[in-house]
Amino acid sequence: MATPKPRVKLPKKAKAGETIVIKTLISHEMESGQRKDKEGKVIPREIINKFTCEFNGKPVFACDMEPAISANPYFEFNAKVSESGKFKFTWVDDNGSVYTDEAAIEVG
Amino acid sequence: MLTAGFAGIACSDPVDEKLIIDGKEMVTRAPAPEGHPFDEVLSGWLFRETETRALEADSFANPGTLYVERGEEIWNTVDGTMGKSCASCHNDASETMKDVGAHYPKWDADAKRPINVELQINKCRTENMGAEAYKFDSDDQKALTTYIKYQSLGTPVKIDLKQGDMQSWWDKGKTEYYTRMGQLNLACASCHEASMGKHIRADHLSQGQANGFPTYRLKQADMVSLHNRLRGCIRDTRAEMPKAFSDELMALEVYVTWRGTGLSVETPSVRQ
Repeated sequence: MATPKPRVKLPKKAKAGETIVIKTLISHEMESGQRKDKEGKVIPREIINKFTCEFNGKPVFACDMEPAISANPYFEFNAKVSESGKFKFTWVDDNGSVYTDEAAIEVG
Repeated sequence: MLTAGFAGIACSDPVDEKLIIDGKEMVTRAPAPEGHPFDEVLSGWLFRETETRALEADSFANPGTLYVERGEEIWNTVDGTMGKSCASCHNDASETMKDVGAHYPKWDADAKRPINVELQINKCRTENMGAEAYKFDSDDQKALTTYIKYQSLGTPVKIDLKQGDMQSWWDKGKTEYYTRMGQLNLACASCHEASMGKHIRADHLSQGQANGFPTYRLKQADMVSLHNRLRGCIRDTRAEMPKAFSDELMALEVYVTWRGTGLSVETPSVRQ
């Protein structure tokens, strides 16, 4: 696949104190570093090694990823929202690239 | 007796559940067309594990959707010497390609043989865009095929055997389907007809339907085209594999697609 493309899904509106479901998906090969090419050379590891989610600058969810995680990693988690604001999602690639996405939510 | 306890493990029924994708109900059980060995044709979705079924039902979580999006980019990207993209002639795929994929393979009067979506794309690229034909199973071929088939999501499969010589290709495909091959001496029908619903080691044998292709296979963590899958099955019988888009596989595609008549196109489906 070409450049990794993140996707996120969460409700546009919620009630104060409501627990919402957040889903994220990013296209990525997650090359484990354990495979060999046709000539028998090891294909270097290249995975997304870190994923974080922040809400109005405060951490909501974060995790490190390891080579055993399959391609196109998908995360689903909950968050309690008490005010309107913006979720920021960040994926960190082994090659140094950082992919981000944002989604706003209206709480009222 | 111990043996009695194991008897039930060898065979289990497909689930009795509804597949709803983005609010649209898929046809996963359909009355078989005349001349079909089964009374009812069943989607492979019914044979998969709970988690795999859930992944297909959620179009956001389904990794196949990433390939649909990539396919849309290709659709709108100019390629070749004529300076055209797919969209230059076909405009909005959600209108012009709606239901189209459900009726392939079709008869190609120029080539005098059946043509599938992959070959139709290549024909368009070489004849109308001045672009190179995609190599079999290139990423772009899989993504664009997935995107075009996705425009028929939910539409029942129906191919027209009255076009050209389609009927004789169907006959040829049927003969292949029932011909045993390879060191294991298996025909398609050995697993997908005679042993449908049983387990072959860890795999729950389905009817081997083509309605979900290209399909996202968890094993490969990638889209898998129909001809890739047919070749994989033939390899597993330890027979020599025919080339993709060869006469053998095109005939088989015509016949196997017909065997799934009435099932919804599920592209991008998710399989084990």
